[in-house]
Amino acid sequence: MPSSAELDFNAPQPTEAGDKPAGPPPFESWGRYPEYNAELKQLHWQGDYPRAIDGVHHGALAVGMGRSYGDVCLLKDGTLVQTTSMNRLLDFDPVTGLLTAEAGITLAQILDFAVPRGYFLPVTPGTKYVTLGGAIANDIHGKNHHHAGTFGRHVTQFELVRSNGERMHCSPSSNPDYFGATIAGMGLTGVITWAQLRLKPIVSRMIDYQGIQFHGIDEFLDLTRQAENIEYTVSWVDVTSTGKNFCRGIFMQGDHSQVPAPLTVSGKPKLTFPMELPGFVLNGATVGAFNSVFFNKQMKKRVNTLQDYEPFFYPLDAVLKWNRMYGKRGLLQFQYAIPWEHAREGTIAVLQAVAKSGLASFLAVLKAFGDVPSPGMMSFPKPGITLALDFPIKPEKSFALFDRLAEMTNEFGGRLYPAKDARMTSAQFQAFYPQWEKFARYKDPALTSGFWERVVGGQLGVRGVGK
Amino acid sequence: MSTEPKTPVVEEQTLPLRTPREASVGEVAAEQPHGPRRILVLGATSGIAEACIRLWANRGDALYLVARNADKLAVVAADARTRGASHIGSAVANLDNTGEHAEVLAHAINSLGGLDVAFLALGVLGDQGDAEKNFAAADQILHTNFVAPVSLLTWLANYTAQRHAGTLAVLSSVAGERGRKSNYVYGSSKAGLTAFVDGLRNRIDREGVRVMTIKPGPVKTAMTEGMKGSAKFADVEAVAASLVKAIDRGDDVVYVPGIWRVIMAVIRVIPERVFKKMNL
Repeated sequence: MPSSAELDFNAPQPTEAGDKPAGPPPFESWGRYPEYNAELKQLHWQGDYPRAIDGVHHGALAVGMGRSYGDVCLLKDGTLVQTTSMNRLLDFDPVTGLLTAEAGITLAQILDFAVPRGYFLPVTPGTKYVTLGGAIANDIHGKNHHHAGTFGRHVTQFELVRSNGERMHCSPSSNPDYFGATIAGMGLTGVITWAQLRLKPIVSRMIDYQGIQFHGIDEFLDLTRQAENIEYTVSWVDVTSTGKNFCRGIFMQGDHSQVPAPLTVSGKPKLTFPMELPGFVLNGATVGAFNSVFFNKQMKKRVNTLQDYEPFFYPLDAVLKWNRMYGKRGLLQFQYAIPWEHAREGTIAVLQAVAKSGLASFLAVLKAFGDVPSPGMMSFPKPGITLALDFPIKPEKSFALFDRLAEMTNEFGGRLYPAKDARMTSAQFQAFYPQWEKFARYKDPALTSGFWERVVGGQLGVRGVGK
Repeated sequence: MSTEPKTPVVEEQTLPLRTPREASVGEVAAEQPHGPRRILVLGATSGIAEACIRLWANRGDALYLVARNADKLAVVAADARTRGASHIGSAVANLDNTGEHAEVLAHAINSLGGLDVAFLALGVLGDQGDAEKNFAAADQILHTNFVAPVSLLTWLANYTAQRHAGTLAVLSSVAGERGRKSNYVYGSSKAGLTAFVDGLRNRIDREGVRVMTIKPGPVKTAMTEGMKGSAKFADVEAVAASLVKAIDRGDDVVYVPGIWRVIMAVIRVIPERVFKKMNL
């Protein structure tokens, strides 16, 4: 390994997993639940894998920024290979917008490069601190799902390295089965070393933004229909209110401004959430108050403005480590997609169950998914309504609510999003994703995750993590 | 898989020259105060060097990169090219072979069309335990970290002094300031290098050549991975940002992060009868 001149102030002492039962785990997911110890290794070069997992007995998993909420990016007592040092740009065509980069590059780093050159991500989630590899592995979606589909639709090719050392070039025409299994494949089919993505042209950082208040699911559905030709739509919904305020919210829509304006690089965030809040701070009263303030912050029925893309897409990225707000126990996310057939009744039923439970959800996000298909075999979105909620973890209460919501999702023909899950059962997973057995054929035998062990592990007879 | 060339080879990959204005857009180009600089990086795949290369490429500098491993060099060069370096040349070479230095350096300067900065980032951490038992291991550390840079600097000093221009930026280490039991072989190679570079500055600064002794504290890179406390080491991007500025200015002695100037001042004054009993 080439090296630079730095001080070795302490003799090299590789940290061994399992040596330290106490202390924080070396790698956490964004929900900070569950907490698993693991060995964490860095991949600096494409050639470092699979050498990095030589002699590993307890399974391995590639991880990036740890922005998925549950256990798709964790592996109890296993080996995590982190890709974030493998973040080089490899090629960019300024005419077609085709960008090739190593898989550990973050969407933030891609934006820093692309925006001054007049390009933007074809699909972006609500945080830019995810890696390219993670975006593919979870086949992430954004506010333009009804136009652009998922992230995987804009990936033209990538390299997949298997634990036996085989390096596979994957695209819709080369190893198409592995291409489809790896998009939304939760990192289980191999390690992506580099990928190519088609960016889209922009002429301004600004978004033509409109915020519209709505009351009730039917107003939300009307606004969704009216916004069919608008690229980005998403709604914040107040899940704490009942009665006449039930399902009130703000429908947010926007398009990239077509008026040329300076394409500068974004500044770096300056705020970091300073500490873990004690669990009692987020309760029904404080979250209800927050929701009221958020709703009434927009005084008018409708607001039109030009807004920078940072607050439009990444409002929470302005505060680093905001998950500390949820305290030591962390948070649980819940996100379903329910098909149109039952979308309306399902959403009402779930929102009623949440309101009745009195368990606070700060951020409830409602959106209609479109019908653009994903190349990913295990992709989460499907045409209908998606609702994302998050709750501070209060073991007895929030787990019971979660399990009820998961069952309701199943009854309404919907499914949950593995990247935001820490609770779905094996039976639920297999009902949500009946294609899982076909997918399992493409799984790399050396790779697994906390999620996979939980929902499938027992059945396949692979290494059980629960012990 | 990566292939480590058994015999050193010199390869040339020169791309068509683009003007820096084409290569870097908007603010990126505006950051460059002097127009594009012609920068030679020796040991281009080291963590600190690569982070500097990204910043130089972002502002459209002309780069020539030398490293041992062809696969690693190829992706570092691709990254710099994509970011908008106005020129990329590269050579795969094992700089332990001092006999090849003249050829590699002449090639680089011809490719760049001159030289504004030479950044020497070659070096190995080595294994202190091995080096204690086995002179060959110690010899290897001394050769890569001290003998090879001396050979390169001898050639580069004569070239730049003749022209009364240029910056020779040399990556040494705070480890060279005082020998410690945990890494005195590495430390002594850097102590030798520091003394050589300081002396060279004394000789050719008056000729108009900036000679820089750069002393990083522990930095989070591939080299330091797995060391105790490495999570708290300095962030390589921040280190590179201060180095790029320091190299633009041509500072004499640079500690990065700056706090190490203070830390080392304290460590240097600890009386030896105390120091020899410490576990550092």
